[in-house]
Amino acid sequence: MMRVFVIAEHRMGELNPISIEMLNLANALKGDGTSEAVVIGKDINAYAEELAKYADVVWKIEDNSLENYNPELYIDVLMQLFANNKPDVVLIGNTSCGSEYAPYLAVKLNAPIATDVVAVNATDGMKVSRYLFQGKLMTDLKLKDAETYVLTIRQGVFKEGVEVNGEIKDAGIKPSKEPARKFVQYIEPEVGEVDISQAEVIVAVGRGIDDESNIELAEELAELLGGVVAGSRPVIDNGWLPKDRQVGISGKIVKPKLYLALGISGAFQHVMGMKDSELIIAVNKDPEAPIFGVAHYGIVGDIFEVFPELVEKLNEMKG
Amino acid sequence: MNIIVLAKHAPDPESEINVASDGKSVDERGLVFDINDWDRYAIEEAIRIKEEKGGEVVVVGVGSKCEDTLRKCLAMGADRAIKIPVDTSLDAYQTAEAIKEAIKDEKFDLILAGMMSQDLNNAQVGVLLAAMLDLPFATAVSVISSIEDNSLTVARELEGGYNEEVTLPTPCLITVQSGINEPRYVSIMGIKRAKTKEMKEVSVSPTTSTLEVEKMYLPPVKKAEMIEGDPSEIANKLIEILKDRGLI
Ligand SMILES: Cc1cc2nc3c(=O)[nH]c(=O)nc-3n(C[C@H](O)[C@H](O)[C@H](O)COP(=O)(O)OP(=O)(O)OC[C@H]3O[C@@H](n4cnc5c(N)ncnc54)[C@H](O)[C@@H]3O)c2cc1C
Ligand SMILES: Cc1cc2nc3c(=O)[nH]c(=O)nc-3n(C[C@H](O)[C@H](O)[C@H](O)COP(=O)(O)OP(=O)(O)OC[C@H]3O[C@@H](n4cnc5c(N)ncnc54)[C@H](O)[C@@H]3O)c2cc1C
Repeated sequence: MMRVFVIAEHRMGELNPISIEMLNLANALKGDGTSEAVVIGKDINAYAEELAKYADVVWKIEDNSLENYNPELYIDVLMQLFANNKPDVVLIGNTSCGSEYAPYLAVKLNAPIATDVVAVNATDGMKVSRYLFQGKLMTDLKLKDAETYVLTIRQGVFKEGVEVNGEIKDAGIKPSKEPARKFVQYIEPEVGEVDISQAEVIVAVGRGIDDESNIELAEELAELLGGVVAGSRPVIDNGWLPKDRQVGISGKIVKPKLYLALGISGAFQHVMGMKDSELIIAVNKDPEAPIFGVAHYGIVGDIFEVFPELVEKLNEMKG
Repeated sequence: MNIIVLAKHAPDPESEINVASDGKSVDERGLVFDINDWDRYAIEEAIRIKEEKGGEVVVVGVGSKCEDTLRKCLAMGADRAIKIPVDTSLDAYQTAEAIKEAIKDEKFDLILAGMMSQDLNNAQVGVLLAAMLDLPFATAVSVISSIEDNSLTVARELEGGYNEEVTLPTPCLITVQSGINEPRYVSIMGIKRAKTKEMKEVSVSPTTSTLEVEKMYLPPVKKAEMIEGDPSEIANKLIEILKDRGLI
């Protein structure tokens, strides 16, 4: 009987939806076994109730010292829980925090691990699918036969599921030690002069823009379209645009009426920040670029050829 | 402060990526290898700490072809390199085990790794090594804000532009996020100096693999409607679409 554990994630008073998505996956995998959520923190009753809709069992691990995520304490309490409740599979969100402690937990559980997983087949051993090269290739992996597997799950993949309305249990577990690493504080995002999440038109540039001096072209186009310029992470890392212009998982989520993606490959972390835009037009010289998987219209070509022509025509129209 | 940096010699995702004829691996022919992008930031961070606090930077690479990347790190300013020559591709567990074995006689205050590799995107090796060595750790570090005698304060990147600040005692392991610094270019002087620096080979026998690749393939994608033509035709079609939508 398979026991599939899901480690819920929450921060600053909000349950991360990946927690429910993982329970959907757990319910699909468990067969005649159980889906079991684990929620760790302080004041976690509301999370436990939400999770119980989708889990057969919810384990609460509650303590004042668990108020903020700490990987050492998470591993400490999880190892205590798993000592008496042996998991067949442990699912963890492939988030900043989840991807941090999952490999450590895998070592302590002596479990094979696969990260950023988008499909799971547990009928004949443990097989998973995941992307490579930031979305350009995909691979099916078979993990070595083991008693327990650890998988981190990509968000937004397992959205469909059914309610199972399970029970909530207090695990009665407390951390057994002081962690070496200490949480100090959260640091809020910087606020700049433009809030790209409110913009109706965004001209977004990626590494394909090639040089800081070319940002001007994007600015000209944005101005003609009444929009703002934003960028993918490398553009911000290079200091070509300020941090508050970054679109993506570690930047801003945007939903403009028009999103022009110029020289952006379409890595998952970027796409998560713009996929709900009303109209997405992408220009990329690589016909296989993953961005064409989310764009409504695509142009295979050099931005420096398509761009100036468009700017000129728009200028003509304005007279 | 003595620092060990892990640097992977990795294929550039912008090079030509094709599945090999076995259907299970990447065709090496189109690939251009260089230092893994995240590791460029890691080595730069290590050199900056050394420049400020003194100590030694040792760079470690796993793979029979990793020498170019190790030389590059030496040219940037690392003091010496440890090469672990293995021919087969190792999984993340095996890679971490090999590094653990190769550095067992090293004295260090800090291990710096990249947050993930640019080819396989596993984001595992650093943390696996921390677990094997029982070290305190933090991933996706975007700033090392202070370095005291026995501790570090760092910010690690969360979602949505948030960071969390944490402190860690040394020795510890950190994986760095891109953008933590501006990596320097390799100078001619640096390349010259690198030639005289120590590159030690340490052979280790790999542990057994924890995974098997069954298949590698191009991901299925829903395709956008493609606009074709010369730049002028494309511009006209774009303007039509924008007009239809009331955007201009
Ligand atoms: C934890 C984590 C968080 C992240 N958060 C974010 C985030 O919030 N936002 C984000 O964007 N990324 C984020 N990333 C990085 C992400 O994985 C990708 O590395 C990044 O999105 C790639 O940016 P890019 O598409 O601009 O560059 P690349 O992937 O290098 O793509 C450049 C593209 O430009 C094309 N090109 C080049 N020249 C031309 C030309 N002349 N004309 C037309 N096309 C051209 C190329 O074909 C290529 O497709 C994150 C990564 C991690 C690990
Ligand atoms: C035959 C075979 C095929 C494989 N194919 C796949 C596959 O298709 N998909 C898949 O997901 N995994 C695959 N793996 C597993 C993959 O090879 C390992 O995960 C890999 O060795 C670990 O590196 P990574 O790229 O995952 O590193 P990550 O964990 O992503 O790297 C994080 C950091 O660890 C350090 N680091 C990583 N590797 C090295 C190194 N070699 N030298 C020095 N420092 C390093 C760097 O600082 C790097 O920034 C395969 C393994 C085998 C045995």
